[in-house]
Amino acid sequence: MSTLHTVSNSPFENNAFKSCLDHVTAGDTILLIEDSVVGARKAGSFGKEIGKALANCRVCALAPDLSARGIAADTVLDGIELVDYGGFVDLAAEHERTQAWL
Amino acid sequence: MSDIEAPDAEGGVVKKFMFVNRKSPHGTVYAVESLEVVLISAAFDQDVSLAFLDDGVFQIVKQQDTSGLGIKNFSPAYRALGDFEITKLYVEQEALDERGLTADDLMEIMYEDEDDDYEEKPSVRVVGRGELSKLMSEQDVLLSF
Repeated sequence: MSTLHTVSNSPFENNAFKSCLDHVTAGDTILLIEDSVVGARKAGSFGKEIGKALANCRVCALAPDLSARGIAADTVLDGIELVDYGGFVDLAAEHERTQAWL
Repeated sequence: MSDIEAPDAEGGVVKKFMFVNRKSPHGTVYAVESLEVVLISAAFDQDVSLAFLDDGVFQIVKQQDTSGLGIKNFSPAYRALGDFEITKLYVEQEALDERGLTADDLMEIMYEDEDDDYEEKPSVRVVGRGELSKLMSEQDVLLSF
C-alpha cells in the first residue's frame, strides 16, 4: 500500500516539501523533481528533515533536474538515490498510487 | 444479476478518489478548478472524498466576500456537494491550528443521509494529521490541487 510522493517546488519557495514530509507513511518513496532538487544539496538546510525521512522512506531525486541546475551527484545528500526518467517510470509502477505535492 | 442497487451497477469498478486541496482560494485557480473536477467526478459514481490541508482550509471558511476582487465567489458551491453524494470533506486539525482557525470558522456543509431517514448530517470532518495521512494512503487515486 505504498505511495510515491512527487515534489516539484523548491523547499525554499513554499511548504510543499515540508507538507509532504509531514504526511508520508513508512515504506513510501519521495521523489524530488524539477525545482525541488535544489533542496537535495549536502550543505543545504534540509539535511536534517531528509535524514529523518530516510529512516523509514526512500528519497530519490531526478538526475536530469540536478544536472540542469548544476548540482553534481557528489554534492547531493547521502542516502538520496538518483534516478533517470526510466527510474521515474519504474517508481510510478512500483507504488500503488502517486501523490503530487504541488 | 438484477441487483440494480449495487454501487457498480453499470459494471464499473468503484475506486476511492481523494481530491487534495492545499492552496488558498481566489489567488490562483487551483481551488475553483478542483471544485469543477470534483463536481464532474460525481457523475461517475465513484467513492469521492476531499481533503483540505495547509492553506486549502481557507477554501471552506465562512463568509468569503469576493465582491472587492470582481470575481465570482464560488464557495457556496461546496454546500451543494451533498446533493451530488459527495459527503466526506476531511479538514486537517493542524492546518486549522496553524492558521488560528477552528471548526466554527468553516462553512456548514451538510448532506442528507438516505440510509438514516434523510437526516441532515455534517460533511466536514476535522481529522488529525496522522489520520489524514492514513486516509490518503488508503486511496486508489489522489488528485492534487
